[in-house]
Amino acid sequence: MSKFLQSRLGAWTGFAAAAIGLFAVAPLIMSGFRLGLFAQFICYAIVAVGIGLAWGRGGMLTLGQGVYFGMGAYLMAMHLKMADAEFRNGPGAVPDFMELAGVRELPAYWVPFASPAFTVAAILVLPTAVAVLLGLAVFKRRVKGAYFAILSQALAGAFAIFLIGQQTLGGFNGLSYFRYFFGFAINDPVNQQMLYFIAAGVLLAVVAVSLQLRRSRYGELLVAVRDSEERVRFLGYDSANIKVVAYAVAALFASVAGALFVPVVGIISPASIGIVPSIMFILGVAIGGRGTLLGPVIGALAVAWAQTTLSEQFPSAWTYAQGLLFVVVIALLPGGISSIPALARRIRVKNRPEPVEATA
Amino acid sequence: MNDIALTCKNIEVDFEGFKAVGGVDLELRRGEVHFLIGPNGAGKTTLVDAVTGLVGYTGSVLKDGEELRGKKVHHIARKGIGRTFQTATVFENLTVAQNLDIAAGSGRGPWSLLRRRRALPAAVTDTMERIGLADHADTLAGILAHGQKQWLEIGMLLVGDADVLLLDEPIAGMGHDERETTGRLLHDIAAERAVAVVEHDMDFMRANASRVTVLHGGTILAAGSVDEVSADPKVQEVYLGTSDHKEAADAAAA
Repeated sequence: MSKFLQSRLGAWTGFAAAAIGLFAVAPLIMSGFRLGLFAQFICYAIVAVGIGLAWGRGGMLTLGQGVYFGMGAYLMAMHLKMADAEFRNGPGAVPDFMELAGVRELPAYWVPFASPAFTVAAILVLPTAVAVLLGLAVFKRRVKGAYFAILSQALAGAFAIFLIGQQTLGGFNGLSYFRYFFGFAINDPVNQQMLYFIAAGVLLAVVAVSLQLRRSRYGELLVAVRDSEERVRFLGYDSANIKVVAYAVAALFASVAGALFVPVVGIISPASIGIVPSIMFILGVAIGGRGTLLGPVIGALAVAWAQTTLSEQFPSAWTYAQGLLFVVVIALLPGGISSIPALARRIRVKNRPEPVEATA
Repeated sequence: MNDIALTCKNIEVDFEGFKAVGGVDLELRRGEVHFLIGPNGAGKTTLVDAVTGLVGYTGSVLKDGEELRGKKVHHIARKGIGRTFQTATVFENLTVAQNLDIAAGSGRGPWSLLRRRRALPAAVTDTMERIGLADHADTLAGILAHGQKQWLEIGMLLVGDADVLLLDEPIAGMGHDERETTGRLLHDIAAERAVAVVEHDMDFMRANASRVTVLHGGTILAAGSVDEVSADPKVQEVYLGTSDHKEAADAAAA
């Protein structure tokens, strides 16, 4: 079975099954509201795939993915606000929240975001470039382990605080009330379903990219760097470059997820990208199983679903449940949910009577 | 084939006032297994660390006429200087074949890195044969026997085309048969390479050394053939003066 899953045919079968589930089954069995929630969870899952690559394979505990998620989200939100303002008051109009704050003149850095093409390019390029520069600065100096984790978390905190101070980015309240997504009315259920389909398609795409990276020679090299960075350097590789690639890919995934999150959820604020959301991203990956391809996806979906369901039933209980879940997984199931089949197999083998060893 | 592959001149390593290595000259020749011996703290491993770029030093290291001082670790490695570590360091979660494939590929471009490996390079299969791990291509390196890990690490240097090999205690923890196999492997690979071995084991040294350098307190105490070094009164004194009686008895008997 596991041989089959590792084969080329197995991968295609898996993708086909996932596509049927996401594109045909889910819209049939879920209401529009639930499908919207599911699209939001899928955004978290996209971030998780990137973390699975950087942390699970590369050993970089990226505790600050909220930074890149936030960048993608704010870049997209700026475009949506510009488009809405243009729709109401013509080109160059000031977005509604700025009007309320008494800003008459559109800030210069907002101007290019009137262009959809520029916005999409910025979402793909800007966070990735930041990740490359930051990654080079950090990994070339051989900052790693807990120091890297603390650094990336501090960055997420600082970024959220920075955004709170920016009145022209909505400050504490962030950006919200989006009416159109590239010309499509967001409140139309058909378009909401389209947004879900886009998110689902992107999820399949990032999983495919991650699968290719894992199976490539680069993927093996990344594991080698994770397990013994010195050895890799003494074989003639610049290990920092190897890590930067995985870190940048994770940043790109997070940025794209953030950009999708904005039209799906309808609001982005510093509260969705700071330290706590960044830890939530990691939590899902840890619970699902960081070392596997699908573990992070499963974990992110499960944690987000559990959070929503539990908060609906017992609004104050989620925080405790979250902590408990984390402790249980770390203590009893360090490989995460996706390690359960292998664990079960091992237990089955252990309980089977010892075969008599043949003498050679 | 007895040409000089690596020349170290007046190497000094200073750890905040403590001279770990104080003015060592060393030549490594192709075709030779050159042993670096000496009591604990003699500076053997520090010398290897210096040559491979891990610690800073003054002096000069020339590889085939090119100065290596000041270059980064991975640049020095690409010049063909390979090293092993005191505890065998292999990629435990990858297979033997994957370990060697990585070691063979420091010159690969991004395109070939981002694709899946179609077949094992010939150099990898040859090397697996050479280090006796041909039957273990798909074994995870983490579950190899202790000695096999050491061989794998040496194999990784071979497949990466290193022609100066600096091996830090390659037979530590090995049984008798494994030592003999390792000795043969060392001579086999030294045929066209320069091999330096940091070692404590005197029997192994006597059986396999083409040349010996004895370090003591960061400086060279004696250098030459096994017989010359064993006969040197300074060497005998150092080894008799250490608390390690086995080594002392070994050196005295030699």
